[in-house]
Amino acid sequence: MVELTLPKNSKVGRGRTFPKPEGATRTKEFRIYRWNPDDGRNPVIDTYTLDLDRVGPMVLDALIYIKNEVDPTLTFRRSCREGICGSCAMNIDGGNTLACLKPTAEVKAAVTIYPLPHMPVIKDLVPDLSTAYAQLQSIQPWLQADSPAPPDGERLQSREERAKLDGMWECILCYCCTTACPSYWWNGDKYLGPATLLAAYRWIADSRDENTGARLDALEDPFKLYRCHTIMNCTQTCPKGLNPAKAIQEIKQMIVERQG
Amino acid sequence: MGAGQNTKAKAEQVTIMRSQLGRVRGAGSAHAGSHHWKAERVTAIALVPLTVWFVIAVLSHLGAEQQAIAAWVAQPLNAALLLALIAMNFHHMHLGLQVVWEDYIHNIPRREAAILATRGACLLLGLLAVVAVLKLAAAAH
Repeated sequence: MVELTLPKNSKVGRGRTFPKPEGATRTKEFRIYRWNPDDGRNPVIDTYTLDLDRVGPMVLDALIYIKNEVDPTLTFRRSCREGICGSCAMNIDGGNTLACLKPTAEVKAAVTIYPLPHMPVIKDLVPDLSTAYAQLQSIQPWLQADSPAPPDGERLQSREERAKLDGMWECILCYCCTTACPSYWWNGDKYLGPATLLAAYRWIADSRDENTGARLDALEDPFKLYRCHTIMNCTQTCPKGLNPAKAIQEIKQMIVERQG
Repeated sequence: MGAGQNTKAKAEQVTIMRSQLGRVRGAGSAHAGSHHWKAERVTAIALVPLTVWFVIAVLSHLGAEQQAIAAWVAQPLNAALLLALIAMNFHHMHLGLQVVWEDYIHNIPRREAAILATRGACLLLGLLAVVAVLKLAAAAH
């Protein structure tokens, strides 16, 4: 059945509170989820107070400041710091987003930071996304065509055909949407989730791809596709402003339409 | 909220050696679900006018004698619409509840039992409602 509470060993306790910076006029509290696989203890929330005049504007700037200046044990993923790599996806102030795109000033009270919800945790803010990555691989996110490519160049698309991919190619696979979806929380082992279904529709909608039928066949399943109940958390939380719920709706529509 | 399931991940690493891709592919696609999805929506759309019609009909008969109601039900169009309302309602109820069980019951025998029990209950309740309409229609002079 559905787990309405966290398992005993995942209940979150209170952790350390780090001293406030001296002489700071503008401060902000950060409450951050900590869990270490090696110490055998339950996760805790550590509290850090930062001097906003010494930290950059984004939540990722604060995390990097904490790691460099306050507590080097804090573990998180980050790379590009400009919303294109998807590494720093986490749950900030109750919503999944990219730490590098989330201004600290947008959070009124203390900034709470958790890993992406309902995924196994590797350490602190680092979730284990290996199932989600395998799900992406399972929908074969690459061009499949029997017609050979023109010998003298690339496969061509009209402007109209290319425009159909807008709103999908921008996905950076941060999995904010997938881990915000209650259907994915309850059935994430079988339901593919919004990020993977958006990627699937990106290839279904591609005029150069010739495997649309097989792609739809592979998706037509009560669990892989139809666990989506249009809850819309995916679209609401997407840090890139994309609409996975619409892509999923298009897939369902195409499967019905091909039945005549 | 938050993360959780820490030891579960640990235990899985030890006890399951099948690749992530193998696990995700599982037994493959069932090639099913689209008819269920469509039927859910078609019955919902059908229920909108039927329910509005039914509510108006009931309100316009407030305080009426039983014989008047029976005579109204006995009119062929009213009887047909009532039977359609019953069929759509219980079919929709069955489809919707099945989705709920699929979402929340992860033990497959228990899930199947819940789905079958729901199907049986919806069928029986629907038939009872049909018999009630026919009986009322037959009671009209």
